[in-house]
Amino acid sequence: MLTDTPILEVEHLNKRFGGLVAVKDISFNIRGGEILGLIGPNGSGKSTVMKLVMGIERPNAGSVRLHGKELAGWPTHRIAREGIGIVFQHSRPLHRQTVLENIKLALLPDSLLRLAADHSVDGTARAIAERVGLGDVLNRRPSTLPFAGLRRLELAKAVARDPKVVLVDEPFAGLTGPEVAMFSDLIDDFRKDGRAVLLVDHNVKSVAALVDRVLAMYLGEHIAEGTADEVMRDETVRRVYLGGKIETHARPEINARQGEPALDVRGINVFYGKAQALDQVSIHVHEGEFVSIVGLNGAGKTTLFNAISGLVPSTGDIHWDGRSLRGRSPASIARGGVVQCPESRELFGDMSVRENLDLGGQHLPSAAARAKQLDWLLELFPILAERHAQPARTLSGGEQQMLAIARALMMQPKLLILDEPTLGLAPVILEQLSKALTRLRETTPITVLLGEQNVTFALPHADRVYVLEHARIVWEGDPGRFAAEMGTGYL
Amino acid sequence: MTRLIQSRGFWIALLIVIVGAAGPWWLSAYILGVLTSAYYFSVFAMSWDLLFGFAGEVNFGPTFLIGLGAYGAAILNSTMGYAIPICLVFGVVVALVGGLLLAVPALRLHGPYFGLITLVSVLLLRNAIVIFASVTGGEIGMTVPDVLSIDANVNYWYALAFMVVCAIILFGLSRSAVGLILQASGQDAIEAAALGFNVTKHKLAAFCVSAAFSGLAGGMLVFYLGAASVDTVIDLSIAVQIIIAAVLGGRRTILGAALGAIVLLLADEALRPLGQLNTFVVSGVALAVILFFPDGLLGYLLHGKEE
Repeated sequence: MLTDTPILEVEHLNKRFGGLVAVKDISFNIRGGEILGLIGPNGSGKSTVMKLVMGIERPNAGSVRLHGKELAGWPTHRIAREGIGIVFQHSRPLHRQTVLENIKLALLPDSLLRLAADHSVDGTARAIAERVGLGDVLNRRPSTLPFAGLRRLELAKAVARDPKVVLVDEPFAGLTGPEVAMFSDLIDDFRKDGRAVLLVDHNVKSVAALVDRVLAMYLGEHIAEGTADEVMRDETVRRVYLGGKIETHARPEINARQGEPALDVRGINVFYGKAQALDQVSIHVHEGEFVSIVGLNGAGKTTLFNAISGLVPSTGDIHWDGRSLRGRSPASIARGGVVQCPESRELFGDMSVRENLDLGGQHLPSAAARAKQLDWLLELFPILAERHAQPARTLSGGEQQMLAIARALMMQPKLLILDEPTLGLAPVILEQLSKALTRLRETTPITVLLGEQNVTFALPHADRVYVLEHARIVWEGDPGRFAAEMGTGYL
Repeated sequence: MTRLIQSRGFWIALLIVIVGAAGPWWLSAYILGVLTSAYYFSVFAMSWDLLFGFAGEVNFGPTFLIGLGAYGAAILNSTMGYAIPICLVFGVVVALVGGLLLAVPALRLHGPYFGLITLVSVLLLRNAIVIFASVTGGEIGMTVPDVLSIDANVNYWYALAFMVVCAIILFGLSRSAVGLILQASGQDAIEAAALGFNVTKHKLAAFCVSAAFSGLAGGMLVFYLGAASVDTVIDLSIAVQIIIAAVLGGRRTILGAALGAIVLLLADEALRPLGQLNTFVVSGVALAVILFFPDGLLGYLLHGKEE
């Protein structure tokens, strides 16, 4: 049941965070009974768009209209009452209440005086629970539900408000195949009810079957719009996800290296609550090797790196330098030579560039060693020398990334783990970063493990490539074979 | 109503209240005195738990609200000579106004600032009382002309009845629809707002309820003791004790806070022979409970099996 006029109209939406433009002139309409997919890699601004529509963030400019009524700048609870609902990716239900009580919460009026719920609330809540498949677990507490059950509960709460527009954040993250099918059906029901639906996700692939139209974003800007097929074929989209032409520079002499790997990860599993983030993942990295792990956002790359760095608990074996890392603290692992440069960069924003670098060098044995390492890094990233007195948070995105890498290198790592260094960076910056990595690879014996969504960035440096998809390693090989074997199926 | 009568907790609570009410026949006058104070103290802790456990806001200065209520009531009684009930109502109004002046700007801040502001407010109130010593008695404190009763047993029953009524209201509120919304606001403000709830309004209401009950209990305590002093109703160590009591008893339970307050004050008395060591031991035990049973005594009894 498709309506003729749009229910939700978003026009010229803009959002800046300090100097960073997160959303730039985004416009779209959704009609009743229509599902629009909003896609873009991490840092593209798609989640910000969702937050702007919901009023969680205030837009700097632009309009959000529901049935012609201007909502931009309203507080979230008033926008919710007008008829926009959201299904959050990570739910935090009330743990001391039952599933039924959690659904009832969503049905309560926003009143300080109504101490008891209406009698109709109970019946309505039960009907909603039945509809999303929670009918059998009404009296259980949320903590006893599997992950998919918690997602159903989130969906139930959104349905309970009977919204005209539903925003769904990463609808299928963490779900298994059959669960994805069931969730698709539930979201399809929204369409049948005549609601306007916005699905926000990292890539087209996961929402292609469900959406009527797709809008792709990159660096806060609209880059493509159309049917799922059209967007997947779009040149700009392919460039963003895959980069341009794939180049490879594998060093066969390193591949031929035999013997004990320096890093040996054997069959590790990681769970976030009920969601499995890594499923029997095994990888190995030899000394001096540059290994890239490619996979779309949400595949589990960051989780894998955090497991190696000891930041998340995992089951299975992780060996470094022939010794198990089990039971060692993240700090001790980092001092042992496995240094991660995290996706989120984690710079000390109020400290200067120089102070950030000095902190990285704290464990070096002598002042002379620190000075030498610093000189080398400032030569590798000359821009940091110019910016040395500036607070880290005032740097541009690309400079921050360079500083994050430089700080990791200050620790003189034996293994450098680089997690998605291209996140949110413009192509020209990528090129600078890529050159720095090339120099690093050619002038030092460093071992690197790189996680990337951007294949064009990941492949030129790699000696060997793994593909991580839905928490599993699905492919391993040299970069030359990647284009032929994986290139088309990747997106 | 039928559910209430069928629930085991209701009968246990009723039994405890009956045994408590019979106190004057089986407890020494000394213990009765301690319990009387403890009952008022338990209302402080319950009010605090409504704000922390449910609204998710840590109020480091519960004695700011208590002190306002206590001194408001005491000053009206000693200067104007109004009857006790009028003075108590006045105390509540003072606590509410003071609380609102504090909370409205503070709740708009995120992170630790609400807690810091409440902490500073206690110091401000303390200074104000010292500066206006001519009315407030300053550091020494002030006596009030009227008292609730001169009979220790009657005082005990007043305190017990007051605590039970407050417990019923606060517990009932926490379990009501409003309590559910409040809990959701405290746990995930964004999600609560996305469900259409005005989070600030609910938190502010919780703060007002907490302020009203704190102020009322502060006033009652003054008319029981016959005096108001900085050391009994305002000092930061009292604030810390209230917080420890609520966490010890079990946050997000309301009744646990009352239990914690009574246990804490009784333990304090029982260990009095230790002299200086007494506070040290009580604090040590409280610390251990908080470390090993973060859900508190009642929380552990009720929810221990959950995880």
